[in-house]
Amino acid sequence: MPEKFPADLTTLRRRLLTREVTSTMVTRALLERIAVLDERLGAYLLVDGEGALAGAAAADERLDAGTPAGPLDGIPLALKDILSTRGRRTTCGSRMLEHFVPAYDATVVERLHAAGAVVLGKLNMDEFAMGSSTENSAFKPTRNPWAPDRVPGGSSGGSAAAVAAGLCAAALGSDTGGSIRQPASFCGVVGMKPTYGRVSRYGLVAFASSLDQLGPVTRTVSDAALLLGVMAGHDPRDSTSVNTPVPDYVAALGLPLEGLAIGVPREYFIDGMEDDVRQAVQAAIDFCAGRGARVEEVSLPHTEYAVAAYYLIATAEASSNLARYDGVKYGLRESGGENLLDMYLDTRSQGFGPEVKRRIMLGTYALSAGYYDAYYRKAQQVRTLVSRDFARVFERVDLLMAPVTPTVAFRLGEKIDDPLQMYLNDILTIPVNLAGLPAISVPCGFSAAGLPVGLQIIGRPFAEETILAAARCYEEAHDWVERRPEL
Amino acid sequence: MDYEVVIGLEVHAQMRTATKIFCSCSTSFGDEPNRNTCPVCTGQPGALPVLNRRVVEFAIRAGLATGCRINSGNVFARKNYFYPDLPKGYQISQYELPVCEHGHLDIDAGEGETRRVGITRIHMEEDAGKLVHPDDRSGVSYVDYNRACVPLLEIVSEPDMRSAAEAVAYLKALRDIVMYLGICDGNMEEGSFRCDANVSIRPRGQEAFGTRTELKNMNSFRNVQRAVEFEVERQIDVVESGGAVVQETRLWDVDKGITVTMRGKEEAHDYRYFPDPDLLPVVIDDAWIDAVRRSLPELPRARCGRFMATYGLAADAAGILTGSRALADYYEAAVERFSRPVPVANWMISELLRHLNDDNIGIEDCPVTPDGLGSLLKLVDDGTISGKIAKKIFAAMYRERRNDPGAMVEARGLRQLADGGELEGIVDTVLAEHPAEADSYRGGNRKVFGFLVGQVMRRTKGTANPGMANDILRARLEG
Ligand SMILES: [Zn+2]
Repeated sequence: MPEKFPADLTTLRRRLLTREVTSTMVTRALLERIAVLDERLGAYLLVDGEGALAGAAAADERLDAGTPAGPLDGIPLALKDILSTRGRRTTCGSRMLEHFVPAYDATVVERLHAAGAVVLGKLNMDEFAMGSSTENSAFKPTRNPWAPDRVPGGSSGGSAAAVAAGLCAAALGSDTGGSIRQPASFCGVVGMKPTYGRVSRYGLVAFASSLDQLGPVTRTVSDAALLLGVMAGHDPRDSTSVNTPVPDYVAALGLPLEGLAIGVPREYFIDGMEDDVRQAVQAAIDFCAGRGARVEEVSLPHTEYAVAAYYLIATAEASSNLARYDGVKYGLRESGGENLLDMYLDTRSQGFGPEVKRRIMLGTYALSAGYYDAYYRKAQQVRTLVSRDFARVFERVDLLMAPVTPTVAFRLGEKIDDPLQMYLNDILTIPVNLAGLPAISVPCGFSAAGLPVGLQIIGRPFAEETILAAARCYEEAHDWVERRPEL
Repeated sequence: MDYEVVIGLEVHAQMRTATKIFCSCSTSFGDEPNRNTCPVCTGQPGALPVLNRRVVEFAIRAGLATGCRINSGNVFARKNYFYPDLPKGYQISQYELPVCEHGHLDIDAGEGETRRVGITRIHMEEDAGKLVHPDDRSGVSYVDYNRACVPLLEIVSEPDMRSAAEAVAYLKALRDIVMYLGICDGNMEEGSFRCDANVSIRPRGQEAFGTRTELKNMNSFRNVQRAVEFEVERQIDVVESGGAVVQETRLWDVDKGITVTMRGKEEAHDYRYFPDPDLLPVVIDDAWIDAVRRSLPELPRARCGRFMATYGLAADAAGILTGSRALADYYEAAVERFSRPVPVANWMISELLRHLNDDNIGIEDCPVTPDGLGSLLKLVDDGTISGKIAKKIFAAMYRERRNDPGAMVEARGLRQLADGGELEGIVDTVLAEHPAEADSYRGGNRKVFGFLVGQVMRRTKGTANPGMANDILRARLEG
């Protein structure tokens, strides 16, 4: 072991401010750890040692002078490789963008830099965020730090694995149908999908624009609150970002569970759910009841249609969003053929992997003349119904608690040839994206085989504070965070 | 058989906003390729569009000026197709909920008749870039994205026109309006005002429409006229010879003067329109519409009517002078300086427009200002100079870009000679120098009078008051 397991973000921040450690020391230690451990884990697609150390040195100067740039000054983070980084390769896990170096920084990347963060590198993901296991990365699979034969989940599998393995203080992920919460659950870390519009999407390479949202992947709930506070806020460059003040999420962490009304959606405890998952989640809910929360069963009756609606809407948007990868302007160009059509066909045939092609075809079909009403429009109607289900129960309860996934992390290769099984893995996370709601996955135990289980807490629009406070209450009283995977 | 022609037009008018519709790049024309681009208008991964609200305002202007209903709920949609000039692989346009619907435009249908052409819809969209094919046989093509994301209004008419001439009249009227509104420069050659035509024929009296073809690539009024006329003849030939018109897109070949097949119905794109999730619906409330309505300028037809009523101009003169907003503004500024509207109109049409046409420049670039023209006409009116001299002075003002005709008259010694005594002396000198002609006149040859007047004018460099010169000369010869 090159270095002991690094401290969480909140602890690290305190040590940096007291100058107990320097950013350079911490960054160097993490880089060494990555060099030793990541070959097996496969979390990183790009490690920017030079850039990180330069950033750390600059942060140390500010910290020494007592003038930190912001709440993340000197803290080494890593980014899902779906975020545009100026001068740093951004691949989206695709051959199409294997050598693509963006000309601009995403808004959240700018915000991280402004807050003083040090960026260690870019993290592996399912190609264009399409997948639930990170096996769809065109470059390599990422392994689950708790069991190397298991997937870390996806599409933000690199982010969850890197945080769980202590290869960064925290990471950024993106969540379209569960892509932050599901890997966080599989890897035993905290992952939050904020309300749609809470965090700017400018520079987040689009998969499904009406569903995509960036969020923090961290070791603790406090870390998530700290990181979200930096990421969130209105961005005039994203028309869908919402101009609502950003609360002090860290300050909100002290709120008690007592008096909260917690709904438990009946439809989220489906047949085929593993007992270990069911029991761990139930125990977490019981804990909240014991702390004075009022727990009641509720119903979200349209849940069963959510996956179908999602795979029409998300693929329709993706088929259009991915049209720009045509070999003309950037990225891969295969032009061995005779004419323009050959260039399009060759570039897109060779640049995209099978899952991406499958979704482009599905989405193209759903939008086609004659099918639009039956598929796309119908799916939008279902989406409205799913949103109404949530709105109705949130008149009675403050939060919903449920599992994140029906199972713990599955084996590499187990579902890769069965897309439908893979899609169903997101059955408990997808409705939240359709409704644009905030939700978190917080570790709530381990299966008999020692694999992490996540508790999903869902809130009203822009109720991130309530979610974080409840999650923190739960986390504080348990020691799941203290457990470390053996690497 | 007698056929009726049915024409509908789709016009694309480039908006004259300073910046593009979804980013803050400049819309300026003719810059170095790809100079006015950014991550948004080149479709970089992760970049997002943000609506330029000025474009909505321009669309409302166009809608109000054509009697459209302005929709309060506006949705942008993606029109999906692949082409290298289209950076995102889709064009952001409007589909199910366009900004304006159900309007109309009245056009002159000849012989004092007007025809009302329905406007189906007006919607906002972004332009594509431009492909550049160098003439070097390299087989390489380039893309210039300066034009990508420049705002367009697409204005779709009902199939209400019945001849090529009506189609051109509609286009001219529409172009006048968008130029009056200051939302489009109307330049057809540079493509900032372009049109496609849907053309069909049907036996006169038949209700149902015939199969239509869509004509593209006509970049002047003249080309629209020729292309539609050719296409009508072609369709009649097809039908008369027992065939059927095929629904297709046809390109106007200006050199050959024919239309040729571009793509058939089966090759037509399925654009897979759907609402753009990156842009929120635009809500246009009544307050916004009212504010735009209050800022609308007077439109060409209304202004033409007012010029006839207020200034006493004939219909054709009023029509010419309201042909562009700048010309009409010039006229009214000149009338402000010299308040005899008819002579001002005559002068502008006969002199000023002739000069501008000869130099092929617009009124905006006219070196003579309305003030200069007004001052000049005042000098004629108060007898300082004759009309003939005024034309000379005007030419000099135009050539030398000067607007001080009074000083120019003085400097050139061209003030009108209207002093009876002085003129008598000059007449006497002329008669003394030309005794033979004087005798000839007295002998009955009246034609020689003109020659003698000319001599007086020559001696006075044209400044002699023509009426006085005539009177004195006649008195001397006949007295
Ligand atoms: Zn731009």
